[in-house]
Amino acid sequence: MTLLRATKVRHCFGGLCALADFNLDLRQGELMGIIGPNGAGKTTVFNLLTGVYRASEGSIRYRGVELVGLTPHQITAHRIARTFQNIRLFRDLSVLDNVRIAHYSQTRYSPIEALLHVGRYRREEQRIIDQSRGLLAIFQLEHLAKETACNLPYGSQRRLEIARALAIGPELLLLDEPAAGMNPAEIDQLMELIGSIRRQFQLTILLIEHQMQLVMGICERIKVLDFGETLAEGSPEVIQNDPSVMKAYLGEDSAG
Amino acid sequence: MSAALLKHWQRAMDWRWLLPVLLAGGLVVAFAIPHFRLLNNYVQLVLICVGINIILATSLNLVNGYMGEFSLAHAGFMAVGAYSSALLSMKVLPVVTHPALFHLAVLAGGLVTALLGLLVALPSFKVRGDYLAIITLAFLMIVKSALENIDAVGGPRGISGIPRLTTLPWVFCWTAALVWLIRNFVYSSYGRGVLAIREDEIASDLMSVDTRRVKILAFMLSAFCAGIAGALFAHLLQFISPRVFDIVKTTEILIMVYLGGIASIGGSILGATLYTVLLELLRPSTVAALLSWLPAVVFNPLNEYFIRHLGMLRMIIMPLALVMVMLYWPRGILGMREFRGFIPLGDRWPPPAVRPRGADVA
Repeated sequence: MTLLRATKVRHCFGGLCALADFNLDLRQGELMGIIGPNGAGKTTVFNLLTGVYRASEGSIRYRGVELVGLTPHQITAHRIARTFQNIRLFRDLSVLDNVRIAHYSQTRYSPIEALLHVGRYRREEQRIIDQSRGLLAIFQLEHLAKETACNLPYGSQRRLEIARALAIGPELLLLDEPAAGMNPAEIDQLMELIGSIRRQFQLTILLIEHQMQLVMGICERIKVLDFGETLAEGSPEVIQNDPSVMKAYLGEDSAG
Repeated sequence: MSAALLKHWQRAMDWRWLLPVLLAGGLVVAFAIPHFRLLNNYVQLVLICVGINIILATSLNLVNGYMGEFSLAHAGFMAVGAYSSALLSMKVLPVVTHPALFHLAVLAGGLVTALLGLLVALPSFKVRGDYLAIITLAFLMIVKSALENIDAVGGPRGISGIPRLTTLPWVFCWTAALVWLIRNFVYSSYGRGVLAIREDEIASDLMSVDTRRVKILAFMLSAFCAGIAGALFAHLLQFISPRVFDIVKTTEILIMVYLGGIASIGGSILGATLYTVLLELLRPSTVAALLSWLPAVVFNPLNEYFIRHLGMLRMIIMPLALVMVMLYWPRGILGMREFRGFIPLGDRWPPPAVRPRGADVA
């Protein structure tokens, strides 16, 4: 079943088109990767899917609902969550608060109940704290719950970002270069982690990555972008042997 | 035995008794002071000003400290609350025969101001930082010049003869109630949204926070409190004019917020109290009164010199102290920290272990 379908999406910044004629068919439960050289438009795809940018042309449908024109938090409410290429945690807040904030749309109490701390307030707050602690435990961050986010080591910050995204309760998770800055051992752990949360939360995952060990290791389908256009799409084996991809990555001579 | 004692001690140190004790004790004292004439009128006036300033500082801190925006509109909100409640209590409600109706006028002043807060929240959807500061400044100027040009509210002459109904016990009640509301708001999912907007607005939107709704709520609550402070202010001085609510008034509130500490309710209370009391203490007459307690032989020569120059020194000492605070505590005395007694039990934990920044980064 198709979960997300983007058709003929085009996005231009002034005269520069970061993305042209972009099509994407994402099936439920799939793990798909987007690769491509720097500036190929990969992060633009994520920004369009999550409503940070509004597509100049084309349509993005998620479970039949048109996403173009919705604001980021409306799209997030459709259970689409993402992480960021350069970590964007709430730096001065505690690790636990970072995860609690992402529960915003699931909190069921009115401003009046919040002002007076009555009604559903106490029960909801307890539920959010319990759920957040549970998520932190999955990512081995529970003992750091009270720590300020910016004091965490780099790898933990990356994991916290994924934990925070999962707090939204997503069906579709968008990971923007989750392995950036990690060493091979950490990348192995990350691959295992992605696999396990995918099973546990029944996620469909779309990820952007430069790290080939990770992309070729876990993605079932790969899409290659270059200068805003799709070069190739297919299984890791197909992509590895595609001459146009080699050309884009390694230059003209090595294509032969 | 010692284990039980330790447990008692730990329980006492979790401060959960503090808030009820403070509220009950404060209420008794606030009612006792005017009833038994424990303090003279001047000291009572200072205490009332402390209460009003606490409301103003805490509510401005919600927008400037917790949300990280820079609003200069606070004096304008105060003006709207002051004018609307003064008109109500002079022209509509029979407050002289029924003094209890005064609170209705105050509440109405707050609600009118909250509606205006909604108006100021709208530009904050699009702009932030310096640009929002300019827009809120423009709002302040619009309010002031509107009041100056409406003859029905006295134009530049303002309104005089407002009944004096603001008393110490009632100011205490209003202050406690409003600070409690702001604290509750801060420790709710909306309050966490406010913090998230300060940290990273786009990321918070992508983490499902409805940033527009949160901004509207924060601005409205902040304006509501400022409007009530203005209403209490009007019924204290019995005279208001547009000139009272200019940029200098906003600056004073900003000083209280940044002195006490941003993003801290305890800090706002501390800042407002320190600022108000210190300025009063530095008045020549107060200093003379204080010095007269000291041995005459030592201080008489000093005394005369001080009194002659203190009017000027007052305006030097305070700003100098402020510069020192900003240099050594850039976030204010209690910046980004909170007094444990104010934090709801569910949100408390021992302070995080201090770790040097960057020591652990791989």
